[in-house]
Parts: sequence; structure tokens; C-alpha cells
Amino acid sequence: MNNEQVKTIKNSAFRIWAIAATSVGLIMLGILLVKIGMDGLHRISMAFFTSLPSRRAENAGILTAWVGTLWIMVTTAVIAIPIGVGAGIYLEEYSRKGAWANFLEINISNLAGVPSIIYGLLGLEFFVRFLHMGESILAGSFTLALLVLPIVIVSTRESLKAVPKTIREASYALGASKWQTTWMQVLPAAAGGIMTGIILALSRAIGETAPLIVVGALTYVPFTPKSVFDSFTVLPIQIFNWVSRPQAEFLVNAAAGIIVLLLITIAMNGAAVILRNRWQKHVKW
Amino acid sequence: MSSIEKKSDENSVQTIQGAEFMPEQNAKNTGGMNKIETNNVHCWYGDFHVLRNVSMEVKANTVTALIGPSGCGKSTYLRIFNRMNDLIEGFRLEGSVMIDNKDVFSKEIRVNELRKKVGMVFQKPNPFPKSIFENVAYGLRVNGVTHKKFIEETVEKALKQAAVWDEVKDKLHKNALGLSGGQQQRLCIARAIAVEPSVILMDEPTSALDPISNSKIEELIWELKQKYTILIVTHNMQQAARVSDKTAFFYLGDLVEYDDTKTIFTNPKQEKTQNYITGRFG
Repeated sequence: MNNEQVKTIKNSAFRIWAIAATSVGLIMLGILLVKIGMDGLHRISMAFFTSLPSRRAENAGILTAWVGTLWIMVTTAVIAIPIGVGAGIYLEEYSRKGAWANFLEINISNLAGVPSIIYGLLGLEFFVRFLHMGESILAGSFTLALLVLPIVIVSTRESLKAVPKTIREASYALGASKWQTTWMQVLPAAAGGIMTGIILALSRAIGETAPLIVVGALTYVPFTPKSVFDSFTVLPIQIFNWVSRPQAEFLVNAAAGIIVLLLITIAMNGAAVILRNRWQKHVKW
Repeated sequence: MSSIEKKSDENSVQTIQGAEFMPEQNAKNTGGMNKIETNNVHCWYGDFHVLRNVSMEVKANTVTALIGPSGCGKSTYLRIFNRMNDLIEGFRLEGSVMIDNKDVFSKEIRVNELRKKVGMVFQKPNPFPKSIFENVAYGLRVNGVTHKKFIEETVEKALKQAAVWDEVKDKLHKNALGLSGGQQQRLCIARAIAVEPSVILMDEPTSALDPISNSKIEELIWELKQKYTILIVTHNMQQAARVSDKTAFFYLGDLVEYDDTKTIFTNPKQEKTQNYITGRFG
């Protein structure tokens, strides 16, 4: 076998390995989706969205779960966006670059890797008990906001970094203050990237279960929350609850719930991708 | 608040156009006083001594070219007049920098006010990623102007002065990034003159442009001289010779020679200047 042949074989072997690696992921995902679809798709109906949880599987619905998820998402966004974007702006635009900034940067990135249950424990101790928020939407949202804060901060910084220095110079040269420059030029130019980061952060939060269980989200809530001080449940917890029941009918409900959750997540990620593409097309420096 | 705001209360276009010829400004222009004056200016970036003992006087309504090889300090010198160097960490300045007999670095000067008075055009066209109209209006808005009609009139006037109005008048609300490089640069000039500065700093304004855009901008500089005092950094010797009244040659942080452009290009006193303009180094 000469050198050329070895090269050809290596070449195709590598290609086959790469295709196989990709296929494993896709096939697994495909099987999962098909299985879930077969199990749960027929269960999805208007009634499924408008029914309260019930001991009888065929009557049970996800009303309290999706309304709870909505409450949690909105409240989390309201808390996480101003804090995360504000911190990102400070770190990128105001703080002096140096050892301290590097230290902060590394730690923020590390926070993104902390297991979510740890955030749950922090939330339980600090928000639920110390600040007496109780097992409420507010406590859950603050906990999730902490969880996604690193993502929001990092993506804000990255988007601000992508705005060229010449834009800032142009603004200063016209007599604009730092505040005006940041607020009227830099932030709008970075908005697409920041929004993408926020959506990705929220789509992570929407699937979180562990920290919410720790801060006391209920598995059975017979009412929809009326304010942020009410107790709540969310979709993943409802699914978790159904899966852990012995009756097979509840597994069908769980599958249907998973389909709903998947669709929401896909829609959010899709929106993020569209936003990012639009923004890139829109702004060419 | 600002003088523009006061003017905005008067609706007549006549008054607004007349505003540039306010008596106090005329007195300054004709009184034989120097518009710009630097005395013994030294600049440092950290430990690096970029400008050494530069003293120079510039008359009003003239174009002064700053030439010299890269790294000679000419851009740094240009940027002391609107204090853009302040944004660079470790920048330090000694000596006095006067515009209209006021020290630019004194405590009473507010840097935002100064930058309104001393406009700047950059090397690479840097329009904001907004509409053409908003690009020009931005300088007015950040300086507190809210009068809609006044803003519209000023934007139109500035675009006309910058000789780009005919090309953009039908797409004022389109994104400025869709314009060609040369149009973008003229838009940036319009943006700078919309706030009615009295000095315009240009940092290699045509180095990123094609020859036709280049000559358009040069013609424009010639016209703008009627109203503004212009300092222009350029690497293009022909450009310096064409557009400027006076030329300053910088080399390694020193102001080597400063004289009438004609003298610099035909009969320089220093050998270094001679060598540079004839292309023997740099």
C-alpha cells in the first residue's frame, strides 16, 4: 500500500467517523421525539391546556403549570434583565481593565457552571427564609434570575464588545456624555446580541426543575397564581410529578407536557436565532 | 441651555443662518487674534513621550495640514483640541492649548461643550448604525435641542454644506450604513458641522476612500474653510499641498517645521522636511 492509498483510506475513515458522530446525536433525538410524539400527541387538546391537575389522569391538565411557568418567566426576566444588562454595561464600559476585572470575569463564567441545585439551596436560605418571601413565585424567580444572570452578563458584554470603538469616538466627538453614548448609540447597536442572550437565558430557566423544587414549588396546585406572592408550580415540575406516578395514564400526560415544553423551548431558541441573523444582516460595520 | 437651544426658539430660517456670523465671532476672526494656539505642549502615553515642546499658532478660517511619518505624534496633536486623548488611559499633557484664547484644559471648560465647538471627522467613515437623518440630528439631540423644525432645517443645511444632500435627500430615513464610503464620510462631515463648531479636526479623512470621493472631500474642505478653522492630518502630500494654507511637519514627536504650505513644499528650511516631502523616508 503506497502513501497515497493510506491517505485516501484515512480521509474516508475520518469522514465516516464524523458522520457517525453526528448521526448518533440526531438519531437519539429523533427517537426521543418520535416516542414522545406517539405517547403524548393524541393527548394534547384544548382541555389539556385549560384543566386543573386531577387525580384522574384523563381529567388532568396543565393549566396551573403553564400559567405558573409564564409567571415565573416574566418575573425572572423583569429581575434578571436590568441587573444582568446593567452589570454587563458596568463591566464592559465603566470598570477599569485590570487584575480585578479579570478576576470578576473568570468568576462570572464559573458561576454559569455551578449546578442549579446549589442556586436552589441559596434561594431557599436567602429568599425564602431570610427575606421571608416564602414559597412564592417571587422567591422562585429571584432564584432563577440568579441562575441565568451569568448568561445575561456574559452575552451583554460580548455584544457591547462587538460595537466598534469608532462609534463611541464619533459620539464623544459630538459632545455626547458617556451616558448618552452608551444609552443612545452603544446599547441600541448591541441590542440584537443582548436580546439573543436574554432569550437563551430564559429558555434555560424555563426547563429548570431542581432549584424550584428546593425553593418549594408545589407539585399539586389546584389554583392559578394571582400575584407574585402566591405559591406555584411550573411545567417541568408537573411533568416530573406525572412521571413519578405509578399509573400508566399519567405517563401519557407527561409525554404531552413534554411536547408543550419542547415546543416553547424550540420557539424561544428559534426566535433567538432569527434575532441574531437579522441583527447581523442589519449591521455591517 | 446651549446657544443652539436659544436659537431654536426663533423660527425664522434667516435668523438661524445668520447665527454663524454673530458679531463676537467676527471680532475674533478679524481681530488678528489666533484661533488656536499651543505653547510648549508635551504629551505622554504612560512613559512614552509622544509630543515634545510643540508650539504653534493657527489663524481662523484657514486649513492647516499636519504631516509626518506614522507615529510622529500628529494624530495625538490633533486630538488634544477636542480632548479625545482623555479617553486613553495613561495620557498626560503639559503646556497650554488655547482655542479662542481659552485654555482647553482649564477646569472651567466642560469637555462636552468643547467637543461641540471642536468637531471631528475620523479616518474611517464611522456613521452610526441609524438613519441618515438621525446621524446628523444626533449631535443636536445630545446637546439638548428638541425643536423638531429646527432639527429638520439644520440637518438639511448640514447635508447641503457637506455636499451630500442631493444624493441622500430621497432616503433620509434609510440606514446610513447603506451609503458608499465616500457618501458616509461626507455624512460624517455633515454630522460634525450640524452642531455648528468653529473648528473641525480631520484625521486622514480620505485615506479609506476612492480617488473620486477623495477629490469631492477636498473640494468640500476648500469650501468649509469660509466658515471653519480646519486642521487636517494627512499622509497624502498632494492633498496637503492642494487643500492647506499652512503645513506643519512632525517627526518623532517634534514639530520640525511649520510654515506656509507653499514654502514647505517648494522651499523647506529643514533638511528633514525636504527629505520627507520628496519621499526619501516616511
